[in-house]
Amino acid sequence: MAAADPLGTRREGGEPVLITEILAWLLDPGNWSGPDGILRQTLLHLFYCVLAVTSAVLLAVPAGLYIGHTGRGAVFVVGFGNALRALPTLGLVTLLTLVFRGRVALVALTVLAIPAVLSGTYAGIRAVPAHVVDAAKGMGMTSRQRLWKVELPNALPLLMGGVRNAMLQVMATVMVAAYVGLGGLGQILLTGQRINDYERMAGAAILIALLAVLVDLVLAGVTRLVTPRGVFLTARSGTTSRRRR
Amino acid sequence: MFEGLIRYFSSSSNREVLFEQLGQHVYLSLVPLAAGVLLALPLGRLAQRLRWLRAPLLGGANVVYTVPSLAVFVLLPSVIGTGYTSSGNVVIALTLYTTALLLRPVLDALEAVPEHVTLAATAMGYRPHRRFLAVELPLAVPALTSAVRVASVSNISLVSVGALIGVGGLGRLFTVGFPMPDTVRIVVGIVATVLLALAVDLLLVALWRLLTPWERAGKAVSRS
Repeated sequence: MAAADPLGTRREGGEPVLITEILAWLLDPGNWSGPDGILRQTLLHLFYCVLAVTSAVLLAVPAGLYIGHTGRGAVFVVGFGNALRALPTLGLVTLLTLVFRGRVALVALTVLAIPAVLSGTYAGIRAVPAHVVDAAKGMGMTSRQRLWKVELPNALPLLMGGVRNAMLQVMATVMVAAYVGLGGLGQILLTGQRINDYERMAGAAILIALLAVLVDLVLAGVTRLVTPRGVFLTARSGTTSRRRR
Repeated sequence: MFEGLIRYFSSSSNREVLFEQLGQHVYLSLVPLAAGVLLALPLGRLAQRLRWLRAPLLGGANVVYTVPSLAVFVLLPSVIGTGYTSSGNVVIALTLYTTALLLRPVLDALEAVPEHVTLAATAMGYRPHRRFLAVELPLAVPALTSAVRVASVSNISLVSVGALIGVGGLGRLFTVGFPMPDTVRIVVGIVATVLLALAVDLLLVALWRLLTPWERAGKAVSRS
Protein backbone atom coordinates (compact mmCIF):
# COMPACT_ATOMS: atom_id res chain seq x y z
CA MET A 1 0.00 0.00 0.00
CA ALA A 2 2.77 2.41 0.82
CA ALA A 3 5.23 2.67 -1.99
CA ALA A 4 7.77 4.68 -0.04
CA ASP A 5 7.53 2.45 2.98
CA PRO A 6 10.80 2.88 4.82
CA LEU A 7 12.14 1.74 8.09
CA GLY A 8 9.39 0.90 10.52
CA THR A 9 10.99 0.16 13.82
CA ARG A 10 14.06 -1.36 12.29
CA ARG A 11 17.04 0.56 11.11
CA GLU A 12 18.94 -0.45 8.05
CA GLY A 13 21.08 -2.94 9.91
CA GLY A 14 17.87 -4.73 10.95
CA GLU A 15 18.40 -4.08 14.63
CA PRO A 16 15.26 -2.89 16.43
CA VAL A 17 15.08 0.57 17.93
CA LEU A 18 14.77 0.34 21.69
CA ILE A 19 12.67 2.54 23.89
CA THR A 20 15.86 3.45 25.77
CA GLU A 21 17.30 4.99 22.61
CA ILE A 22 14.16 7.09 22.14
CA LEU A 23 14.47 8.20 25.76
CA ALA A 24 18.16 8.97 25.24
CA TRP A 25 17.22 11.22 22.32
CA LEU A 26 14.54 12.91 24.40
CA LEU A 27 16.87 13.48 27.35
CA ASP A 28 19.80 14.80 25.33
CA PRO A 29 19.99 18.50 26.29
CA GLY A 30 21.50 19.27 22.88
CA ASN A 31 18.19 18.40 21.29
CA TRP A 32 16.28 20.87 23.44
CA SER A 33 18.06 24.13 22.72
CA GLY A 34 18.63 26.11 19.54
CA PRO A 35 16.30 27.46 16.87
CA ASP A 36 15.20 23.96 15.85
CA GLY A 37 15.29 22.61 19.40
CA ILE A 38 12.45 20.90 21.22
CA LEU A 39 11.75 23.87 23.47
CA ARG A 40 11.17 26.41 20.72
CA GLN A 41 9.20 24.00 18.53
CA THR A 42 6.98 22.98 21.45
CA LEU A 43 6.13 26.61 22.16
CA LEU A 44 5.44 27.23 18.46
CA HIS A 45 3.27 24.09 18.32
CA LEU A 46 1.30 25.24 21.32
CA PHE A 47 1.04 28.80 20.00
CA TYR A 48 -0.48 27.66 16.69
CA CYS A 49 -3.02 25.46 18.46
CA VAL A 50 -4.08 28.15 20.92
CA LEU A 51 -4.25 30.77 18.15
CA ALA A 52 -6.42 28.57 15.93
CA VAL A 53 -8.81 27.54 18.70
CA THR A 54 -9.06 31.10 20.08
CA SER A 55 -9.92 32.46 16.63
CA ALA A 56 -12.49 29.70 16.21
CA VAL A 57 -14.01 30.54 19.63
CA LEU A 58 -14.22 34.24 18.73
CA LEU A 59 -16.03 33.40 15.49
CA ALA A 60 -18.14 30.40 16.43
CA VAL A 61 -19.31 31.13 19.99
CA PRO A 62 -21.24 34.31 19.08
CA ALA A 63 -22.73 32.52 16.06
CA GLY A 64 -23.67 29.50 18.18
CA LEU A 65 -25.18 31.70 20.91
CA TYR A 66 -27.25 33.59 18.36
CA ILE A 67 -28.50 30.47 16.60
CA GLY A 68 -29.17 28.64 19.86
CA HIS A 69 -30.94 31.60 21.46
CA THR A 70 -33.12 32.58 18.51
CA GLY A 71 -33.49 29.14 16.98
CA ARG A 72 -32.82 30.72 13.59
CA GLY A 73 -30.42 28.97 11.23
CA ALA A 74 -30.24 25.64 13.09
CA VAL A 75 -30.16 23.75 9.79
CA PHE A 76 -27.13 25.83 8.90
CA VAL A 77 -25.20 24.56 11.96
CA VAL A 78 -25.59 20.92 10.99
CA GLY A 79 -25.10 21.28 7.24
CA PHE A 80 -22.32 23.84 7.34
CA GLY A 81 -20.59 22.10 10.24
CA ASN A 82 -20.51 18.75 8.48
CA ALA A 83 -19.27 20.29 5.24
CA LEU A 84 -16.43 22.06 7.10
CA ARG A 85 -15.54 18.88 8.93
CA ALA A 86 -15.17 17.00 5.65
CA LEU A 87 -12.67 19.52 4.22
CA PRO A 88 -9.20 17.93 4.31
CA THR A 89 -6.99 20.26 6.36
CA LEU A 90 -3.80 19.21 4.61
CA GLY A 91 -5.34 20.07 1.24
CA LEU A 92 -6.57 23.42 2.48
CA VAL A 93 -3.20 24.27 4.04
CA THR A 94 -1.19 23.39 0.95
CA LEU A 95 -3.63 25.20 -1.34
CA LEU A 96 -3.73 28.37 0.77
CA THR A 97 0.06 28.38 1.07
CA LEU A 98 0.55 28.03 -2.69
CA VAL A 99 -2.03 30.68 -3.53
CA PHE A 100 -1.38 33.30 -0.84
CA ARG A 101 2.07 32.40 0.61
CA GLY A 102 3.03 33.28 4.16
CA ARG A 103 1.35 32.15 7.36
CA VAL A 104 -2.14 32.11 5.91
CA ALA A 105 -2.10 28.33 6.37
CA LEU A 106 -3.12 28.87 9.97
CA VAL A 107 -6.54 29.93 8.67
CA ALA A 108 -7.09 26.29 7.72
CA LEU A 109 -6.56 25.23 11.34
CA THR A 110 -9.18 27.75 12.44
CA VAL A 111 -11.59 26.40 9.83
CA LEU A 112 -10.99 22.95 11.26
CA ALA A 113 -11.79 24.12 14.79
CA ILE A 114 -15.00 26.00 13.98
CA PRO A 115 -17.51 23.11 13.62
CA ALA A 116 -16.76 21.61 17.04
CA VAL A 117 -17.05 24.96 18.85
CA LEU A 118 -20.16 25.94 16.89
CA SER A 119 -22.02 22.70 17.52
CA GLY A 120 -20.91 22.62 21.17
CA THR A 121 -22.21 26.16 21.78
CA TYR A 122 -25.44 25.51 19.90
CA ALA A 123 -26.06 22.17 21.62
CA GLY A 124 -25.27 23.77 24.98
CA ILE A 125 -27.89 26.48 24.54
CA ARG A 126 -30.49 24.07 23.18
CA ALA A 127 -29.88 21.69 26.08
CA VAL A 128 -30.91 24.27 28.69
CA PRO A 129 -34.19 22.84 30.00
CA ALA A 130 -37.25 24.75 28.83
CA HIS A 131 -38.57 25.13 32.40
CA VAL A 132 -35.39 26.97 33.40
CA VAL A 133 -35.76 29.45 30.55
CA ASP A 134 -39.48 29.79 31.31
CA ALA A 135 -38.73 30.51 34.95
CA ALA A 136 -36.29 33.24 33.88
CA LYS A 137 -38.99 34.67 31.62
CA GLY A 138 -41.50 34.53 34.46
CA MET A 139 -39.09 36.49 36.66
CA GLY A 140 -39.20 39.25 34.10
CA MET A 141 -35.78 38.79 32.52
CA THR A 142 -35.32 40.29 29.09
CA SER A 143 -34.17 38.18 26.16
CA ARG A 144 -30.63 39.51 26.55
CA GLN A 145 -30.57 38.84 30.31
CA ARG A 146 -31.82 35.30 29.75
CA LEU A 147 -29.03 34.66 27.27
CA TRP A 148 -26.20 35.99 29.47
CA LYS A 149 -27.43 35.08 32.94
CA VAL A 150 -29.27 31.80 32.34
CA GLU A 151 -28.57 30.16 29.02
CA LEU A 152 -24.83 30.82 28.71
CA PRO A 153 -23.87 29.62 32.23
CA ASN A 154 -25.98 26.51 31.78
CA ALA A 155 -24.49 25.90 28.35
CA LEU A 156 -20.88 26.12 29.56
CA PRO A 157 -20.21 22.39 30.10
CA LEU A 158 -21.25 21.50 26.53
CA LEU A 159 -19.68 24.66 25.11
CA MET A 160 -16.35 23.82 26.75
CA GLY A 161 -16.76 20.24 25.51
CA GLY A 162 -16.88 21.73 22.01
CA VAL A 163 -13.74 23.76 22.70
CA ARG A 164 -11.96 20.65 23.99
CA ASN A 165 -12.97 18.74 20.86
CA ALA A 166 -11.77 21.58 18.68
CA MET A 167 -8.42 21.67 20.48
CA LEU A 168 -8.12 17.92 20.07
CA GLN A 169 -8.67 18.10 16.34
CA VAL A 170 -6.27 21.00 15.94
CA MET A 171 -3.65 19.16 18.02
CA ALA A 172 -4.07 16.15 15.74
CA THR A 173 -3.52 18.18 12.58
CA VAL A 174 -1.20 21.04 13.55
CA MET A 175 1.64 18.99 12.07
CA VAL A 176 0.45 20.21 8.68
CA ALA A 177 1.87 23.63 9.65
CA ALA A 178 5.31 22.03 9.86
CA TYR A 179 4.83 20.57 6.38
CA VAL A 180 4.49 24.03 4.81
CA GLY A 181 7.49 25.30 6.75
CA LEU A 182 5.91 27.01 9.74
CA GLY A 183 7.63 24.81 12.31
CA GLY A 184 6.31 23.17 15.44
CA LEU A 185 6.98 19.70 16.82
CA GLY A 186 5.89 18.25 13.51
CA GLN A 187 9.02 19.68 11.97
CA ILE A 188 11.20 17.53 14.22
CA LEU A 189 9.16 14.48 13.24
CA LEU A 190 9.28 15.26 9.52
CA THR A 191 13.03 15.96 9.67
CA GLY A 192 13.49 12.66 11.46
CA GLN A 193 11.60 10.93 8.69
CA ARG A 194 13.63 12.63 5.95
CA ILE A 195 16.96 11.61 7.45
CA ASN A 196 15.76 8.13 8.47
CA ASP A 197 16.18 8.82 12.17
CA TYR A 198 13.47 6.84 13.92
CA GLU A 199 14.52 7.91 17.42
CA ARG A 200 13.92 11.51 16.46
CA MET A 201 10.54 10.68 14.90
CA ALA A 202 9.39 8.62 17.85
CA GLY A 203 10.69 11.20 20.32
CA ALA A 204 8.76 13.95 18.56
CA ALA A 205 5.66 11.73 18.38
CA ILE A 206 5.86 11.12 22.13
CA LEU A 207 6.14 14.86 22.76
CA ILE A 208 3.19 15.58 20.45
CA ALA A 209 1.10 12.98 22.26
CA LEU A 210 2.07 14.18 25.74
CA LEU A 211 1.36 17.78 24.81
CA ALA A 212 -2.10 16.87 23.49
CA VAL A 213 -3.01 14.97 26.65
CA LEU A 214 -1.65 17.76 28.83
CA VAL A 215 -3.56 20.50 27.01
CA ASP A 216 -6.76 18.43 27.22
CA LEU A 217 -6.26 18.09 30.98
CA VAL A 218 -5.72 21.84 31.29
CA LEU A 219 -8.93 22.50 29.35
CA ALA A 220 -10.78 20.02 31.56
CA GLY A 221 -9.54 22.04 34.55
CA VAL A 222 -10.61 25.30 32.92
CA THR A 223 -14.05 23.82 32.28
CA ARG A 224 -14.46 23.11 35.99
CA LEU A 225 -13.21 26.57 36.88
CA VAL A 226 -15.58 28.48 34.60
CA THR A 227 -18.64 26.32 35.17
CA PRO A 228 -20.83 27.75 37.93
CA ARG A 229 -20.98 25.41 40.91
CA GLY A 230 -24.70 24.80 40.65
CA VAL A 231 -24.48 23.85 36.98
CA PHE A 232 -21.51 21.59 37.66
CA LEU A 233 -23.33 19.76 40.44
CA THR A 234 -26.47 19.32 38.32
CA ALA A 235 -24.43 18.03 35.40
CA ARG A 236 -22.68 15.56 37.67
CA SER A 237 -25.86 14.21 39.25
CA GLY A 238 -27.25 14.01 35.73
CA THR A 239 -30.70 15.34 36.49
CA THR A 240 -31.19 17.97 33.83
CA SER A 241 -28.38 18.09 31.29
CA ARG A 242 -28.66 14.40 30.44
CA ARG A 243 -32.16 14.91 29.08
CA ARG A 244 -31.09 16.22 25.76
CA ARG A 245 -33.19 14.52 23.17
CA MET B 1 -7.90 26.44 -13.30
CA PHE B 2 -10.61 24.95 -15.48
CA GLU B 3 -8.18 24.19 -18.28
CA GLY B 4 -5.81 22.70 -15.73
CA LEU B 5 -8.56 20.37 -14.54
CA ILE B 6 -9.34 19.27 -18.08
CA ARG B 7 -5.65 18.65 -18.71
CA TYR B 8 -5.38 16.70 -15.45
CA PHE B 9 -8.31 14.45 -16.21
CA SER B 10 -7.42 13.94 -19.87
CA SER B 11 -4.35 11.98 -18.81
CA SER B 12 -5.31 8.36 -18.31
CA SER B 13 -2.42 7.77 -15.90
CA ASN B 14 -3.70 10.61 -13.71
CA ARG B 15 -7.14 9.04 -13.67
CA GLU B 16 -5.69 5.65 -12.79
CA VAL B 17 -3.64 7.10 -9.93
CA LEU B 18 -6.68 9.00 -8.65
CA PHE B 19 -8.81 5.86 -8.59
CA GLU B 20 -6.08 3.88 -6.89
CA GLN B 21 -5.71 6.58 -4.22
CA LEU B 22 -9.47 6.75 -3.79
CA GLY B 23 -9.53 2.98 -3.31
CA GLN B 24 -6.76 3.16 -0.72
CA HIS B 25 -8.54 5.98 1.06
CA VAL B 26 -11.79 4.02 1.22
CA TYR B 27 -9.94 0.96 2.50
CA LEU B 28 -7.87 2.83 5.09
CA SER B 29 -10.80 4.80 6.50
CA LEU B 30 -13.74 2.41 6.25
CA VAL B 31 -12.17 -0.88 7.39
CA PRO B 32 -11.25 0.76 10.74
CA LEU B 33 -14.75 2.28 10.89
CA ALA B 34 -16.38 -1.14 10.58
CA ALA B 35 -13.87 -2.76 12.93
CA GLY B 36 -14.33 0.09 15.42
CA VAL B 37 -18.12 -0.36 15.44
CA LEU B 38 -17.72 -4.12 15.93
CA LEU B 39 -15.34 -3.54 18.86
CA ALA B 40 -17.20 -0.63 20.47
CA LEU B 41 -20.53 -2.51 20.63
CA PRO B 42 -19.38 -5.37 22.91
CA LEU B 43 -17.19 -3.00 24.92
CA GLY B 44 -20.11 -0.61 25.38
CA ARG B 45 -22.27 -3.55 26.40
CA LEU B 46 -19.62 -4.63 28.93
CA ALA B 47 -19.40 -1.10 30.33
CA GLN B 48 -23.18 -1.05 30.62
CA ARG B 49 -23.38 -4.38 32.44
CA LEU B 50 -20.32 -4.13 34.67
CA ARG B 51 -20.28 -0.80 36.46
CA TRP B 52 -16.73 -1.18 37.80
CA LEU B 53 -15.41 -1.45 34.22
CA ARG B 54 -17.05 1.76 33.15
CA ALA B 55 -14.58 4.31 34.55
CA PRO B 56 -11.40 2.54 33.31
CA LEU B 57 -12.91 1.86 29.85
CA LEU B 58 -14.16 5.42 29.34
CA GLY B 59 -10.96 6.89 30.78
CA GLY B 60 -8.82 4.72 28.51
CA ALA B 61 -10.95 5.63 25.50
CA ASN B 62 -10.56 9.29 26.36
CA VAL B 63 -6.76 9.07 26.46
CA VAL B 64 -6.59 7.10 23.18
CA TYR B 65 -8.90 9.62 21.57
CA THR B 66 -6.80 12.54 22.81
CA VAL B 67 -3.49 11.28 21.43
CA PRO B 68 -3.03 12.62 17.88
CA SER B 69 -3.36 9.84 15.32
CA LEU B 70 -0.13 10.82 13.58
CA ALA B 71 1.77 10.18 16.79
CA VAL B 72 0.05 6.79 17.00
CA PHE B 73 1.03 6.02 13.39
CA VAL B 74 4.65 6.65 14.31
CA LEU B 75 4.69 4.95 17.73
CA LEU B 76 2.52 1.88 17.09
CA PRO B 77 5.23 0.09 15.04
CA SER B 78 7.45 -0.10 18.10
CA VAL B 79 4.70 -2.23 19.68
CA ILE B 80 3.42 -4.31 16.76
CA GLY B 81 6.55 -4.29 14.59
CA THR B 82 5.18 -3.22 11.20
CA GLY B 83 6.39 -0.37 9.02
CA TYR B 84 4.77 2.86 10.08
CA THR B 85 3.11 3.57 6.75
CA SER B 86 2.03 -0.02 6.15
CA SER B 87 -1.72 -0.40 5.75
CA GLY B 88 -1.88 -2.77 8.71
CA ASN B 89 -0.42 -0.15 11.01
CA VAL B 90 -2.82 2.56 9.79
CA VAL B 91 -5.83 0.25 10.04
CA ILE B 92 -4.95 -0.80 13.59
CA ALA B 93 -4.28 2.79 14.70
CA LEU B 94 -7.54 4.09 13.25
CA THR B 95 -9.47 1.11 14.62
CA LEU B 96 -8.24 2.01 18.11
CA TYR B 97 -9.24 5.58 17.44
CA THR B 98 -12.73 4.75 16.13
CA THR B 99 -13.39 2.39 19.02
CA ALA B 100 -12.37 5.08 21.50
CA LEU B 101 -14.54 7.64 19.75
CA LEU B 102 -17.60 5.36 19.67
CA LEU B 103 -17.43 3.85 23.16
CA ARG B 104 -19.22 6.66 24.98
CA PRO B 105 -21.96 7.15 22.36
CA VAL B 106 -22.58 3.37 22.34
CA LEU B 107 -22.90 3.37 26.12
CA ASP B 108 -25.16 6.45 26.07
CA ALA B 109 -27.32 4.93 23.32
CA LEU B 110 -27.72 1.66 25.22
CA GLU B 111 -28.51 3.49 28.45
CA ALA B 112 -31.14 5.53 26.64
CA VAL B 113 -33.25 2.45 25.83
CA PRO B 114 -36.33 2.89 28.08
CA GLU B 115 -36.46 0.45 30.96
CA HIS B 116 -40.09 -0.50 30.33
CA VAL B 117 -39.07 -1.75 26.87
CA THR B 118 -36.35 -4.06 28.20
CA LEU B 119 -38.68 -5.21 30.96
CA ALA B 120 -41.40 -5.99 28.42
CA ALA B 121 -38.90 -7.93 26.31
CA THR B 122 -37.80 -9.90 29.37
CA ALA B 123 -41.42 -10.63 30.21
CA MET B 124 -41.94 -11.93 26.67
CA GLY B 125 -39.19 -14.45 27.33
CA TYR B 126 -36.14 -12.85 25.70
CA ARG B 127 -32.89 -14.00 27.27
CA PRO B 128 -30.35 -11.22 27.94
CA HIS B 129 -28.16 -11.81 24.86
CA ARG B 130 -31.07 -12.28 22.50
CA ARG B 131 -32.76 -9.22 24.02
CA PHE B 132 -29.61 -7.18 23.45
CA LEU B 133 -29.42 -8.14 19.77
CA ALA B 134 -33.14 -8.04 18.99
CA VAL B 135 -34.40 -5.18 21.14
CA GLU B 136 -31.77 -2.92 22.68
CA LEU B 137 -29.35 -2.74 19.75
CA PRO B 138 -31.99 -1.81 17.12
CA LEU B 139 -33.42 0.86 19.42
CA ALA B 140 -29.93 2.30 19.88
CA VAL B 141 -29.38 2.62 16.11
CA PRO B 142 -30.48 6.27 15.67
CA ALA B 143 -28.15 7.56 18.39
CA LEU B 144 -25.39 5.27 17.13
CA THR B 145 -25.73 6.48 13.56
CA SER B 146 -24.90 10.07 14.43
CA ALA B 147 -21.75 8.93 16.26
CA VAL B 148 -20.72 6.67 13.38
CA ARG B 149 -21.22 9.57 10.95
CA VAL B 150 -18.84 11.72 12.98
CA ALA B 151 -16.35 8.85 13.15
CA SER B 152 -16.48 8.31 9.38
CA VAL B 153 -15.71 11.95 8.61
CA SER B 154 -12.97 11.92 11.23
CA ASN B 155 -11.36 8.77 9.77
CA ILE B 156 -11.48 10.12 6.24
CA SER B 157 -9.73 13.33 7.30
CA LEU B 158 -7.17 11.49 9.46
CA VAL B 159 -6.15 9.31 6.51
CA SER B 160 -5.49 12.45 4.45
CA VAL B 161 -3.37 13.96 7.21
CA GLY B 162 -1.48 10.65 7.30
CA ALA B 163 -0.11 11.50 3.85
CA LEU B 164 2.36 13.74 5.72
CA ILE B 165 4.31 10.70 6.85
CA GLY B 166 3.70 8.75 3.66
CA VAL B 167 0.38 6.99 4.29
CA GLY B 168 -1.44 6.30 0.99
CA GLY B 169 -4.80 7.66 -0.07
CA LEU B 170 -6.10 10.91 -1.54
CA GLY B 171 -3.81 12.90 0.78
CA ARG B 172 -0.97 11.93 -1.57
CA LEU B 173 -2.39 14.44 -4.06
CA PHE B 174 -1.50 17.18 -1.56
CA THR B 175 2.00 15.97 -0.77
CA VAL B 176 2.69 15.40 -4.48
CA GLY B 177 1.03 18.64 -5.59
CA PHE B 178 2.61 20.96 -3.02
CA PRO B 179 6.30 20.62 -3.94
CA MET B 180 5.60 20.67 -7.71
CA PRO B 181 3.76 23.18 -7.13
CA ASP B 182 0.49 22.12 -8.72
CA THR B 183 -2.71 23.64 -7.37
CA VAL B 184 -4.83 21.55 -9.75
CA ARG B 185 -3.79 18.33 -8.05
CA ILE B 186 -4.56 19.83 -4.63
CA VAL B 187 -8.00 21.03 -5.72
CA VAL B 188 -8.74 17.59 -7.20
CA GLY B 189 -7.68 16.06 -3.86
CA ILE B 190 -9.87 18.39 -1.80
CA VAL B 191 -12.93 17.85 -3.99
CA ALA B 192 -12.42 14.08 -4.11
CA THR B 193 -12.05 13.89 -0.31
CA VAL B 194 -15.18 15.98 0.31
CA LEU B 195 -17.15 13.90 -2.21
CA LEU B 196 -15.96 10.70 -0.56
CA ALA B 197 -17.00 11.96 2.88
CA LEU B 198 -20.37 13.02 1.48
CA ALA B 199 -20.95 9.67 -0.25
CA VAL B 200 -20.10 7.70 2.89
CA ASP B 201 -22.35 9.97 4.93
CA LEU B 202 -25.27 9.42 2.55
CA LEU B 203 -24.66 5.66 2.66
CA LEU B 204 -24.74 5.74 6.47
CA VAL B 205 -28.01 7.69 6.45
CA ALA B 206 -29.47 5.17 3.99
CA LEU B 207 -28.28 2.31 6.21
CA TRP B 208 -29.86 3.99 9.23
CA ARG B 209 -33.24 4.27 7.45
CA LEU B 210 -32.96 0.66 6.36
CA LEU B 211 -32.26 -0.47 9.93
CA THR B 212 -35.07 1.52 11.56
CA PRO B 213 -38.18 0.87 9.43
CA TRP B 214 -40.45 1.42 12.45
CA GLU B 215 -39.56 5.12 12.65
CA ARG B 216 -41.15 5.84 9.27
CA ALA B 217 -43.96 3.33 9.82
CA GLY B 218 -44.94 5.23 12.97
CA LYS B 219 -44.87 8.55 11.13
CA ALA B 220 -46.97 7.23 8.24
CA VAL B 221 -49.62 5.97 10.65
CA SER B 222 -49.79 9.16 12.67
CA ARG B 223 -50.07 11.23 9.52
CA SER B 224 -53.05 9.28 8.08
